[in-house]
Amino acid sequence: MTAHLYFDPIRLPPECDTLRAEVRAFLADEIAAGTFDPHQPGDGDAYNRGFSRRVGAKGWIGMTWPKRYGGHERSQLERYVVTEEFRVANAPSHLHFVADRQSGPILLKYAPEHIKNDILPRICRGELCFSIGMSEPGSGSDLFAAKTKAGKTAGGWRINGSKIWTTSAQIADYMLALFRTSPPTRENRRHGLTQFLVDMKAPGIKVNPIYQMTGKPGFNEVVFDDAFVPDDHVMGEIDGAWKQAISELAYERSGPERFLDTFYVLLELIRALGPEPDLRGAEGLGRLVAQLHTLRRMSVSVAGMLQVGKEPVVEGSIVKDLGTVWEQKLPGRVRDLAAFLEPEIMNRATLEDQLAFATTIAPKLTIQGGTTEILRGIIARGLGLR
Amino acid sequence: MADDGKRIVTETAARILADLADPQTINKSTDGAWKDPLWHALSDAGLPLAWIPERLGGSGASLAEGFAILGVAGRFALAVPLAETLCAGWLLARAGIEAPATPMTLAPARPYDRISVDADGRLSGRAIGVPFARDSQHIAMLADRGRAHLIALVETRDCRLSESRNLAGDAANVVTFERVKPLRIAPAPNGFDLTSLLLMASTVRSVETAGALEAILSLSVAYANERVAFERPIGKFQAVQQNLARLAGEVAAALAVAGSAADTIAQADAFDEAVFLEAASAKIRTAEAAAEGSAIAHQVFGAIGFTQEHVLHRFTLRMLSWRDDFGSESYWAAELGKRVACRGADEFWPLVASR
Repeated sequence: MTAHLYFDPIRLPPECDTLRAEVRAFLADEIAAGTFDPHQPGDGDAYNRGFSRRVGAKGWIGMTWPKRYGGHERSQLERYVVTEEFRVANAPSHLHFVADRQSGPILLKYAPEHIKNDILPRICRGELCFSIGMSEPGSGSDLFAAKTKAGKTAGGWRINGSKIWTTSAQIADYMLALFRTSPPTRENRRHGLTQFLVDMKAPGIKVNPIYQMTGKPGFNEVVFDDAFVPDDHVMGEIDGAWKQAISELAYERSGPERFLDTFYVLLELIRALGPEPDLRGAEGLGRLVAQLHTLRRMSVSVAGMLQVGKEPVVEGSIVKDLGTVWEQKLPGRVRDLAAFLEPEIMNRATLEDQLAFATTIAPKLTIQGGTTEILRGIIARGLGLR
Repeated sequence: MADDGKRIVTETAARILADLADPQTINKSTDGAWKDPLWHALSDAGLPLAWIPERLGGSGASLAEGFAILGVAGRFALAVPLAETLCAGWLLARAGIEAPATPMTLAPARPYDRISVDADGRLSGRAIGVPFARDSQHIAMLADRGRAHLIALVETRDCRLSESRNLAGDAANVVTFERVKPLRIAPAPNGFDLTSLLLMASTVRSVETAGALEAILSLSVAYANERVAFERPIGKFQAVQQNLARLAGEVAAALAVAGSAADTIAQADAFDEAVFLEAASAKIRTAEAAAEGSAIAHQVFGAIGFTQEHVLHRFTLRMLSWRDDFGSESYWAAELGKRVACRGADEFWPLVASR
């Protein structure tokens, strides 16, 4: 019954050490050249085309994909190293990250050959940005209530309706979206949705920015007004997207980005505490370190499962649940532990800036990519309760 | 094959404990009559002396095999000094001391206790909360002479013992050494100190705690699927499902971090920075999981889980007690925090990523 809960102590193989050194050197050069500031996670251009191209040139996008599509046939564990080093450095990887993490693997699985040949090498070169069209004004966590319609027409489909909270849509080249191709059936309310590849430059697609509580644009409303999608852009089974959606979640939910999104405040706390912290600071810091170490060991273990071809959906959900709750609470813990520090500490201004930023983004961490409640529902199903 | 060895000892331990240490049966027993047959069966299988090489009278199992045995022991909330005897034997073997084939325990069991060796080789000092001291015949210990560390074996009857027990009712005694003459004493290996001993014993507790958490998750899920309220099994209610999913998260975290620490110690040549991070983190995180997890399991069971008759407390109270053994989570957190702060911010991520 607890078969889902074994996280083998996977260790990163020696080739990962070499790779890690290369990644750190690359990022240090980029920082020195002024591409981004690792201490200011909220500043700068998160969508940096030049940077993404240089990452692609290093071979760090599509790392695990077949070479014939521009990939590099490296392991999930090597990809893990690149992902975590980029996160910890606050490198601007928004442009290519979603395509690398989940859109590419979907195309690899479901796209016809000519589309794979066209798109995957461009993703690997860091040229393409993908967005994910799931939520709608009337359906968020209840994914299979989506209403935006794909109606059959000669040679393809006409799309009408809208998607919302769509990250990167303002800049994306493509969207992988779920559209309704049939009504749900009495037996299966998840029936009737189909996954499509949408060219965002197609006529009839309008992107309206939505400002977040951080004061910055982050997500969008995407309106489809009779937009045309050709037949060969159907990804997988018509009406059967529900069968495909689940296995993608393991990729989306278990990575280091699910607990490192506010990591910088922990680093800044260590700087602020100095080499000889008081007992309260030391004890508080030690607990956070133990919790972080645990999350990382779990997350690396899931990467190991993916590497051997497993679909660790429940394990991935557990990592995301624990990881996002932790990274959401982290700014509050750091604030507590910094409360009695001398105002003269060297990095007070940086710490305060970072806490302000982390505190304002914290609420979204347990919502995006599957809410805490949905994740716990999946875990409960894995336990045999549903 | 290493995995075969682990599988065989795991199955052996599970079979013996299922036969002779069933928590339900033990919970009903009032006279402790189950203890002797259980200990004999464990001894016949060579489990208590698993971590002692054959040349020193043990069964020479690997560290990984021993940790596998302890994971099973945790799943049964075992109330005999199997973990303590394993650890004591391991400590004696560090100094090449042959182990007696008796139930043993080890001291110190708390980070601030010290036992000193006098000029004439006798032992003096006090150790608090020594698990199962009252049930042991011998105590293995780490003692100091000046800056030198020595490993010693004494007879329990030569020491003064308090009557104290832990939350679960297991003996956890204050052991006072008043110029006790050891049976054997020998120098500890270079670099081996009290921190090394506490890291090892803490990892033992972490592995046992993860096992006990697995057990309470199984019990809680089974109960939630059986118990009917408001005309359906309580496991069908989202509020209960969400709690059990949180419990599963705590179990998974405990299994992952304890398994990682045990693996690290099994592969390590010395008690270095990697062992410190892994073992201290495991003790901290499993102790947190014990508290969170126990609260959730009790909430699922309601009043029946709060009765003496029900087995749940055998697991929850033992886990909560284990938090105090060999350094509490607060102690290890402070020590870990000091080390991380001393290394500095720039060296923090490289440390985390090195594991």
